[in-house]
Amino acid sequence: MSSGQKNRRTLGKLLAFVAVVMFFFGFGLVPFYKVMCNLTGINNIATADQVANTQVDHSRLVTVEFDTNTHQLPWHFRSLQASLKVHPGELTQALFEVSNDRNYAVSGQAIASYGPAFAAQYFKKIECFCFTRQTLNANEKRRMPVVFMVDGKLPKDVNTITLSYTFFEVDGNRAASNTGLQTVGAAGT
Amino acid sequence: MEAVHDHHAADHDHHQPSGLMRWITTTNHKDIGTMYLWFSFIMFMVGGAMSMVIRAELFEPGLQFISPERYNQMITLHALIMVFGAIMPAFVGFANWMIPLQIGAPDMAFARMNNWSFWILPVAGSMLVGSLLAPGGAAGTGWTLYPPLSVQSGMGMDMAIFGIHLLGMSSIMGSINIITTILNLRAPGMTLMKMPLFSWTWLITAYLLIAVMPVLAGAVTMLLTDRHFGTSFFSAAGGGDPVLFQHIFWFFGHPEVYIIALPAFGVISEVIPAFSRKPIFGYASMVYAIASIAIISFFVWAHHMYVTGIPLTGQLYFMYATMLIAVPTGVKVFNWVATMWRGSLSFETPMLFALGFLFLFTLGGFSGLVLAITAVDVQLQDTYYVVAHFHYVMVAGALFSAYAGAYYWLPKWTGHMYNETLGKWHFWLSLIFFNMTFFVQHFLGLAGMPRRIPDYALQFADFNRISSLGAFGFGLSQLLFLYIVIKTIKGGKKAEANAWGDAPGLEWTVPSPAPHHTFEVPPVIK
Repeated sequence: MSSGQKNRRTLGKLLAFVAVVMFFFGFGLVPFYKVMCNLTGINNIATADQVANTQVDHSRLVTVEFDTNTHQLPWHFRSLQASLKVHPGELTQALFEVSNDRNYAVSGQAIASYGPAFAAQYFKKIECFCFTRQTLNANEKRRMPVVFMVDGKLPKDVNTITLSYTFFEVDGNRAASNTGLQTVGAAGT
Repeated sequence: MEAVHDHHAADHDHHQPSGLMRWITTTNHKDIGTMYLWFSFIMFMVGGAMSMVIRAELFEPGLQFISPERYNQMITLHALIMVFGAIMPAFVGFANWMIPLQIGAPDMAFARMNNWSFWILPVAGSMLVGSLLAPGGAAGTGWTLYPPLSVQSGMGMDMAIFGIHLLGMSSIMGSINIITTILNLRAPGMTLMKMPLFSWTWLITAYLLIAVMPVLAGAVTMLLTDRHFGTSFFSAAGGGDPVLFQHIFWFFGHPEVYIIALPAFGVISEVIPAFSRKPIFGYASMVYAIASIAIISFFVWAHHMYVTGIPLTGQLYFMYATMLIAVPTGVKVFNWVATMWRGSLSFETPMLFALGFLFLFTLGGFSGLVLAITAVDVQLQDTYYVVAHFHYVMVAGALFSAYAGAYYWLPKWTGHMYNETLGKWHFWLSLIFFNMTFFVQHFLGLAGMPRRIPDYALQFADFNRISSLGAFGFGLSQLLFLYIVIKTIKGGKKAEANAWGDAPGLEWTVPSPAPHHTFEVPPVIK
């Protein structure tokens, strides 16, 4: 083999190696993204909000509607109240009930979403079952509170906020490493 | 220099298989280049046919020909096929043909891998086209394949994912080949800073490909495992984040824009000096501009994501970084204009396409700058303004440049001159119909017509009709190109070694058509 050919092979292998490294770099972006989100606090949906101003605005009433779903999870999940009328700035508690139909323990994680979506930034959750992973033993039934406050800065034209929770199964092995919610895992049930 | 090949060529030809096996087993860079070019033209026809379906559906408001699902599949496949099947292979075809000729190398560095990287393409192409027949149809997500839709859709999506894997492999192998050829096989005296600009653009493009195609492969692999193997990279069902996909996709996607644009710049940098009878103005600054465009392209991806809720500081950073790309691109445009300044210009078809490129690509660059402004983009995101913008860059940019290159080098490939009158017809028809199709889409976008929707409100009807008529005209005009090429292959005025009389570059020192083997004894460059 001439030295020219050898040079070529070395360079070819080096470039192929770079391609392989870049393939894994793509996967490396996943934890990097999570670290960035944690550092900047952009995507922290599972931590309690800090409430600075608790001045209650009695001049205004906002309807908060509750919606509950499960995603491929053998649980019954319902809200104990269909909706609540609250004053902005007022601390309010809502109760939810979840029960496991299976005869073995199952873990789930609730994710909140809001309608209209931009209302999320004005909806402050001080305590929520969605901050932790919930593990229900066989046939266990559990009542869980959400303590929240609607920010007084909520635009005047918004009279109704829908808070929707969906429980997703978290079965330890599978989703735990990818949940993006590891921060709350330790405080679990 | 030109005396060295002919008897070698005769030696090699007789132990080569003939007929179809010649093409399947060939390791000759010219054969492979030719196959790349034909493949890309066939894919161009397929993707073009899909755009005809799209424009027919948009000819008037309401639903006429296809269901909204099929419409989504059409726009997805049109984009994937045009980007990965037509434009990229066309420039790889140019690279295969011209880089060894431009740098005085006998062939590509890894000739067998070259064969392999081509023959993967038809498999990938048929996977994409065939996915139309899959249950549930082809992927209907748009070429960006955003989850959650891409996680939920049917098996056509899996075929698209495997197709993208194969296309990625082909591009990576091609790029390894190109870099190794340029770095190791240049003729003595051909220093990097003497290398023709087309080869330079490909050297840098190949690095870009090696850096980002694997990232796309990783992203679609994550989609695949999310779909079938229970991972949750992007599906919120397991705590994943769909926005993460957008970041990874556009980390690939923005450099991809320059993967397409840089070789186009390279062709233009060959054609304009040849028809101005002057060396390129500011050669070194051209090289630095290519390199800086390539580097900056890695740091601007989130300008595709202004409405995903990225923080204000992020939006400002990506806005300014994106605008920074206009600086090296501006350097290139001014250098091309300065090359023509006081040149002895003539306007054969390659030069016409190069000038068309220069005007319209610059226009596409300006609408890109408009879209870079966050406050404006929030309004224009996902409207026809974006569609108009990237077709100015992709069609009037990359495609016109490919035509300029094809007409410029056709005499070298076929040994015949093409019919100049027909070539000019092809140019003017393309230019007029292109603008008729896409210029009005700026107005539609500014008026708020959303992209990727098969129906629209009545007030958009007139401009859409103009656009559709333009598209049909543009589509038909491209058949003229096929006719011109076939006619040139079959016969025509015999081309000289230097078909343009005094075009610069080593490729014009070998006879036309270029013999099967060239530069087996390296030429000496002063």
